[in-house]
Amino acid sequence: MCRLFAITSKDPQSPMLAIKALDVMKEGHDGSGVGLLLQDLGGTFEEMKDAPILSGIFTEEGICRLDLFMMKLGFMTKHKISLKPPKTRVEGIPRRHIYLIRAYELPEGWDALTQEELAVKLLEVRLKIREMGEEKNDMIVFSFWPDTIMLKEIGDPMKLAEYLGLDRKELEARVIMAQGRQNTNYAISLYACHPFFIKGYCTMTNGENTAFIPIKDFLSSRNIPGYTGYQSDSEVFAHILHFSMEELGLGIDGYKHVITPLQRDDLAKHPNFEFLDHLKKTCRPLIIDGPNMVIGTLPDHSMFMVQDRKKLRPGVVGGKPGMFAFSSEICGLDAVIPDRDKTMDIQPMHLDTAIVSPERQEVNICRQTEALNLPL
Amino acid sequence: MSSNRSLEPSSLSLNDLPWQIEYNNDRCTLCGQCTAVCPVKAIALHPFQKRIVKTSVGKNAEHSNAYDTFYGIRQDTRVENACIGCAMCTLVCPNDAIRPKRNPGLDRMKFHINQHGIPRRRGGRRNDSGSVLDRIKFTRISMLTDPALDAGRHEFEMSTLLGRVLPPRENMKCLREKGWIPPVREIYPLIIGGMSFGALSPTMWEGLQMGVAYLNEEMGMPVRICTGEGGCPPRLLRSRFLKYVILQIASGYFGWDEIIHAIPHMKEDPCAIEIKYGQGAKPGDGGLLMWHKVNKLIAAIRGVPQGVSLPSPPTHQTQYSIEESVAKMILSMSMAWGFRVPVYPKISASSTSLAVMNNLTRNEYAAGLAIDGEDGGTGAAYAVSMDHMGHPIASCVRDNYLNLTSLGKQNEVPIFAGGGVGKNGNIAANAAALIMLGASGVQVGKYLMQAAAGCVGTEEDRCNVCNLGICPKGITSQDPRLYRRLNPEDVAQRLVDIFVSFDTQLKKIVAPLGRSTSLPIGMSDALGIDDKNIADRLSIKYVV
Ligand code: SF4
Ligand code: SF4
Repeated sequence: MCRLFAITSKDPQSPMLAIKALDVMKEGHDGSGVGLLLQDLGGTFEEMKDAPILSGIFTEEGICRLDLFMMKLGFMTKHKISLKPPKTRVEGIPRRHIYLIRAYELPEGWDALTQEELAVKLLEVRLKIREMGEEKNDMIVFSFWPDTIMLKEIGDPMKLAEYLGLDRKELEARVIMAQGRQNTNYAISLYACHPFFIKGYCTMTNGENTAFIPIKDFLSSRNIPGYTGYQSDSEVFAHILHFSMEELGLGIDGYKHVITPLQRDDLAKHPNFEFLDHLKKTCRPLIIDGPNMVIGTLPDHSMFMVQDRKKLRPGVVGGKPGMFAFSSEICGLDAVIPDRDKTMDIQPMHLDTAIVSPERQEVNICRQTEALNLPL
Repeated sequence: MSSNRSLEPSSLSLNDLPWQIEYNNDRCTLCGQCTAVCPVKAIALHPFQKRIVKTSVGKNAEHSNAYDTFYGIRQDTRVENACIGCAMCTLVCPNDAIRPKRNPGLDRMKFHINQHGIPRRRGGRRNDSGSVLDRIKFTRISMLTDPALDAGRHEFEMSTLLGRVLPPRENMKCLREKGWIPPVREIYPLIIGGMSFGALSPTMWEGLQMGVAYLNEEMGMPVRICTGEGGCPPRLLRSRFLKYVILQIASGYFGWDEIIHAIPHMKEDPCAIEIKYGQGAKPGDGGLLMWHKVNKLIAAIRGVPQGVSLPSPPTHQTQYSIEESVAKMILSMSMAWGFRVPVYPKISASSTSLAVMNNLTRNEYAAGLAIDGEDGGTGAAYAVSMDHMGHPIASCVRDNYLNLTSLGKQNEVPIFAGGGVGKNGNIAANAAALIMLGASGVQVGKYLMQAAAGCVGTEEDRCNVCNLGICPKGITSQDPRLYRRLNPEDVAQRLVDIFVSFDTQLKKIVAPLGRSTSLPIGMSDALGIDDKNIADRLSIKYVV
């Protein structure tokens, strides 16, 4: 079982906080890999909130090909951090040429695009780079989105963090998501590592998605750019989140109604019965059925946690005004925010969505049986 | 027959018959129960002679030669009276003196069941116990990261949708703008397939309807039953129980006069309308109710004269082509109930089914597609159709599902699969396999006749005289002397037993796969089979 930790804080924090939490929860993962998402960035990136940042791993040739490709499109480098691995090898971590985090100036004319058009364009660029990289095995790209950095690598989280020097100031962020991997496949594809990101929506999951194939079949037949990949059964959670909020216009309180809808009797009693009944039927192939705890962030930097229908996975949310953390285990939370009021810790149950809004003042619990905030 | 007589070509000996009677004279008390119950008069009381010769080696010993006459049971060898293996004689014999046995050799009678130029017709099944569905295993057991689900304790929701489901965006938009959204029913995925009032006896029909009502109202299981082509008793049409019924219309339109006239008086809409274009057991052939079964009641419900055979034409004659037919009929049926009732066609499995499906995807009134495989049952058909025509269900369902998936419409046009589900008794495993191959639900008929009413038919050509009105169990007969053998309450009770136990079995299959709150439609990664070719054909795993 993987271990997850996410933190949302008024002031930028070092990703090391999350790494520390994963280290405390070490019993639950095998140190086979780590995935990181940093958003609402501090440091130098703070001044360029609109510039898309490309994160990925590149070989020497990969970098050259990337530069050429981006130049052709008219992208100009605005700022970059290169995490150059030290010369000495560390057992269990693969040798890479460069971990690239680079913010770009948009090509001429792109400023005039609407947010939506821009989102599509950025996604296209990311998918193209991914495709090129897969052809020659020289580029792996995790995200290409403003104010967002992602990093995924094989190895023990703490060792990796030290190896890559993740404690640098430039990497501080207000929203951090981290996953410590429990390897369930023999060969690890970095594209199969959490968190998963699409157009500002990001999720990571702890568990197994038993309905993966039908969900994947459904999503990949929607003709929506970006609904591809699926090296991991958990990637669909991010895409369902995107689908329910962007395609269907639901709020975050609607997400759980898509992935784990209420059963017949409860549904009949719900104030939004008609709406939810239709939603359940039309989104039937998106029902997740396995044991899953999902932590995610939204484009406005809200952070949330939902549980599967039976709450078969652990998960806890706690903190203090200005800083809240979402963790697989309480010990992770203790390691990062020891001075919180522990009596206010919340372990969301099978009907709950726990949400911390961008103001980061409290944990809101939204019960599935309550009325929805519908955009009607 | 004495040896110096000329033999007719169709003179058969006991050895040529498919079923042979084993009779034990020592146990028989000549009570006559077996001869009375035999549906085909295959056995009769008969005098036999025995010669007793007594000799001795003694010089003055007496020799004697005596003839003794005794009575016993004799099996008839005429084709029309050949034993059908129903074993009713065994059932009624108080002394266990008689039983039919399958002839292990070649049954020569097969060459002669075409007297007067009429080829064999029968009811029942295909008589082939092979089943791909039985061979499919559920191999994706969650062992690593899952706590296993508990089929007995955890919450389950094993229902399915019958009706045209709009894609999410469109559906929610229609809801917002108060547009027309096609009717969708949430039903139990095991549907009682179309068996007509006429093909089935009144007691059987009543029993099934009572069982369905009980399952819905007392057990909370939304089980639905299809009428088959034969109309629907007027009182049922006007009752609240109509909502559990799928009304079938087929090319003979039998009973539809009554149904149309009842529409203004209906308290509830029917669950759905099934338009039958084909039947898996006899594709390309219309329904057939033979004259033996068309009594006064049946004639009245169907709106036909008494005592005539009722063959439905193979096609809906008023239509020009199947595309047109499907489109027009779906529309007219939808209109008849104000677009509140799902309407879907049922076809026999065929390599042309994809074309039908493609048409349906473009017709927003089409509520689904029922596909009936070659193993489907029938009340009456030519043996040649049953034995040699048709398409297996597994690959047909799979092809249609994958086709829908490539169009992104897998949740929009539900597929209901029938034909051979539970043919060897493994109903839940067969149903689950079809669902994971892509069916939204399954239709069953024969299994229910066997399990709920004690039909004695098997895949070894046992009984199968459903067409003749002489059903020894009273299931498919219109003769009151026969159908009184069946108590409707018992049928209802058995039906409830079957659905409840099916439900437990289904949970026992899906729980270890980590599924519980939604039916695992298209979850093909859970399936495996020990044959590489089948695995490739069905796009499932090959396991040995
Ligand atoms: S098995 Fe059936 S058909 Fe054969 S003799 Fe007995 S009762 Fe008659
Ligand atoms: S018992 Fe009745 S229903 Fe069953 S095969 Fe015989 S005739 Fe047909």
